[in-house]
Amino acid sequence: MKYQPVIGLEVHVQLLTDTKIFCGCSTKFGAEPNSQTCPVCLGLPGALPVLNKKVVEFAIKAGLSTNCSITPRSIFARKNYFYPDLPKGYQISQFEDPICQHGWLDIAVDGDTVKRIGITRIHMEEDAGKLVHGELSGPGDGSGVDLNRACTPLLEVVSEPDLRTSDEAVTYLKQLHQIVTWLGICDGNMEEGSFRCDANVSVMPVGSNTLGTRAEIKNVNSFKFVKQAIEYEIQRQIDLIEDGGTVVQETRLFDPNSGTTRSMRSKEEAHDYRYFPDPDLVPLVISDEWINRSRQELPELPEQRRQRFMDELGLPLYDAEVLTASRALADYFEAGIAAHSNAKAVGNWIMGEITRALNDSGTAIEACPIAPGQLAELLTLIDNGTISGKIAKTVFDEMWRSGKAPQVIVEEQGLVQVSDGDAIERMIDEIMAANAGQVDEYRSGKEKVFGFFVGQVMKASKGKANPSVVNELLLGKLKG
Amino acid sequence: MNIFNMTIHELHTALKGKQISSVEATSAMLKRIEAVEPNVGSFITVTPEHALAAAGKADQLIAQGACELLTGIPLAIKDIFLTEGIRTTCGSRILHNFIPPYSATSWEKLCDCGAVLLGKLNQDEFAMGSSNESSAYGTTRNPWDTTCIPGGSSGGSAAAVAARQAIATLGTDTGGSIRQPASHCGCVGLKPTYGRVSRYGVIAYASSLDQVGPLTRDVADCAVMLGALAGHDPKDSTSVDTPVPDYSATLSQGVKGLRIGLPKEYFIDGLDPDVQKAMDAAIDTYRRLGAEFVDISLPHTDYAVATYYLIATAEASSNLARYDGVRFGHRAEADGLLEMYTKSRSEGFGSEVKRRIMLGTYALSSGYYDAYYVKAQKVRTLIMNDFISAFADVDVMLTPVAPTPAFKVGEKINDPLQMYLSDIFTIPVNLAGTCAMSIPAGFSAAGLPIGLQLIGKPFGEETVLQAGFAFEQATEWHTRKATI
Repeated sequence: MKYQPVIGLEVHVQLLTDTKIFCGCSTKFGAEPNSQTCPVCLGLPGALPVLNKKVVEFAIKAGLSTNCSITPRSIFARKNYFYPDLPKGYQISQFEDPICQHGWLDIAVDGDTVKRIGITRIHMEEDAGKLVHGELSGPGDGSGVDLNRACTPLLEVVSEPDLRTSDEAVTYLKQLHQIVTWLGICDGNMEEGSFRCDANVSVMPVGSNTLGTRAEIKNVNSFKFVKQAIEYEIQRQIDLIEDGGTVVQETRLFDPNSGTTRSMRSKEEAHDYRYFPDPDLVPLVISDEWINRSRQELPELPEQRRQRFMDELGLPLYDAEVLTASRALADYFEAGIAAHSNAKAVGNWIMGEITRALNDSGTAIEACPIAPGQLAELLTLIDNGTISGKIAKTVFDEMWRSGKAPQVIVEEQGLVQVSDGDAIERMIDEIMAANAGQVDEYRSGKEKVFGFFVGQVMKASKGKANPSVVNELLLGKLKG
Repeated sequence: MNIFNMTIHELHTALKGKQISSVEATSAMLKRIEAVEPNVGSFITVTPEHALAAAGKADQLIAQGACELLTGIPLAIKDIFLTEGIRTTCGSRILHNFIPPYSATSWEKLCDCGAVLLGKLNQDEFAMGSSNESSAYGTTRNPWDTTCIPGGSSGGSAAAVAARQAIATLGTDTGGSIRQPASHCGCVGLKPTYGRVSRYGVIAYASSLDQVGPLTRDVADCAVMLGALAGHDPKDSTSVDTPVPDYSATLSQGVKGLRIGLPKEYFIDGLDPDVQKAMDAAIDTYRRLGAEFVDISLPHTDYAVATYYLIATAEASSNLARYDGVRFGHRAEADGLLEMYTKSRSEGFGSEVKRRIMLGTYALSSGYYDAYYVKAQKVRTLIMNDFISAFADVDVMLTPVAPTPAFKVGEKINDPLQMYLSDIFTIPVNLAGTCAMSIPAGFSAAGLPIGLQLIGKPFGEETVLQAGFAFEQATEWHTRKATI
């Protein structure tokens, strides 16, 4: 039998606010354990939460960017369970009436086909703290609780079960990742857990209308692992059914070392979270004005920008996609074309030399030592014949190294292109005289030797000879 | 006159006139506490060093001519208020060792006015009870008859005022916990409108119902205390940002033309005859003063107690989850996490608290949530609407506070349902979120105080205080003192 996998993703997005969601403590990563805490995030008796407005603003932006409707009156709820990293014994989250609902993302599948993936809801919640095992000073081998992360703001983005393959899931996830980093509301760091994903996976016979029993897979913290975990889980469920077994509803943990999933808790062991509206927080009322203001503040989103690059600048889809991989890269490109009219050339240099140099040195585009204006100057030097494209690469490397302007480098190192016909002619004459054998070969029809002569001229000119002048003169001379 | 018998106003006049210092007044109070405490048991913790230090500071302020109404006044507060550096137990064994690192906003506000803290008062554990018998620190006795309960949960707060162990006290009221003990102990007790006073730093029992309020010897003192406590607190999202009137300035406006509603559901057949008599007399007094009476109905009153015991326990089951032995409070010796949780909580909580946690957990459980919690919320809305419609026609309501005067210690402790019914007239006010005050209105044949309840519109404390003050001016019940 053939099986149809059905996949839905729940993504936790840690928000880039300076302070926590319900208190004024810093959200900075990596501080001394429990140094960023107060009565509220420690869950001390009598402490009360006060909502951070920035979190709401970020949530609205995320919702508008994923085609959600913003709930005019949304409610915070308590999710009750006991765990030592959860100081109050409940997590403040949203259950009924989350802030964003009924959105979608269009993703590209199999090349050009567009598929719409529904977003059920986006809600705001607080993160839990962290347990530290076996590295405590003092007696015993106990566990410690670090509550620096407790009360850090999260968005949970829940998709509809619209995804059918691991590739679709990864594409959707990457697109969501791009949006939240693009908006500047999340740093997108998956290793540190700023962007983490749980996958709900089930399979059903092809053609069936009844969804299979799903397993929820936790702890999937890279795009690669998402693909791996989903594929493993699909196969596990198919094998199970083929062997006459049944899939049970459970939570499974992904093990990145083995690439497998294993059972964490069954449905029977599942928590009854006893959600109810948090009486310590008043309903969150969001006016149309607020939504409109947020909408106006939204940056141009990757999809819109991609389209504009294609429509207005005539870039091919591939270029447009690469150049909108991040907001900073797209901004860099736009600053470049503001100073140089050839968008295709600017794009090529960014996708080629700039990207290579960034990757080689592990530098982010935000920290690129070559400003977009300098790149444009370099291209202008090529355009006006001052340097050749080949020399330009030498100049580029020097710009990267020293940060100097291209004009300065060209002058200092005497890299100005030689376009003077007489000088080049003299070089050609000398080379032809010294390589009479090759001249004969060429003239006897072996035209490949032409390249040898070009190379010799470039060598003699230390690469500075204008290639088109060289070609023209050489052709005339060799043809005799 | 004995210092400990004074009101805030009387002591303020004496302090301002330099007839007495705050240190002298505080010392006198501490002596009084020592003398009567064995018979009353109002306090969980007495704080003489803190008190004398604060009194010394107050005397400096007074010497500089900065003598506000509460400067140098010795007060005591329920042990539900967090006090930085001073043990705060909430009447529970689970917090027997809890020294808070911060103070409740309400207490801080009184401190800012120069008030002096004598100590932390006994209460029902986590404010769950109507008799103070659920405290892990012994049962407070009613100063009028020490074989009787003082009421609860702010039993220590009422008893300390009645036994003149503090000039005034702070309590909290979730279903009647200020008004019922005030009624049983013959003092004034006000539950302000929900949101009028900050809940920050007050240990939560049922967050949507809890409210802080004063217990005092008379209505004028109550107005002073409320003025100091009321106002928006940015740390409490449910505190309301409406202006705080000068409650003292308008106290003596009188009740001529005031429309007082008598909700028929509160004058039931089973009402204690002494209570009925006191109500009748009070109505006569108000008539004489020029008030008009209107018969009104609050039709959903019958459902209030059941509604309360679903909502309050549901919230409590969640609020009390943080007492897990992990970060503070009692932690039992245990081998694993689950055992640590269960043993710490089993040992730390008393039986009434456990009962309410279980009730609330059940009401929120999947499969029961709609039938219990959601339904209770709907009924709560109906009860609120009862008050809204009734208040379209009247300015305040007059009702008994409790169906009977104080009962005997041990009388209802094994019958939780009977105990729950002692709050039948106070609970609806919390569900509606409005304000109400208990004032002394007579005595039973056995010599126990009987209070009357004045219920006001939301943020209508001014009117309630005016009505209470007018009654007090026309009667002498509040001047009687328990002999202890």
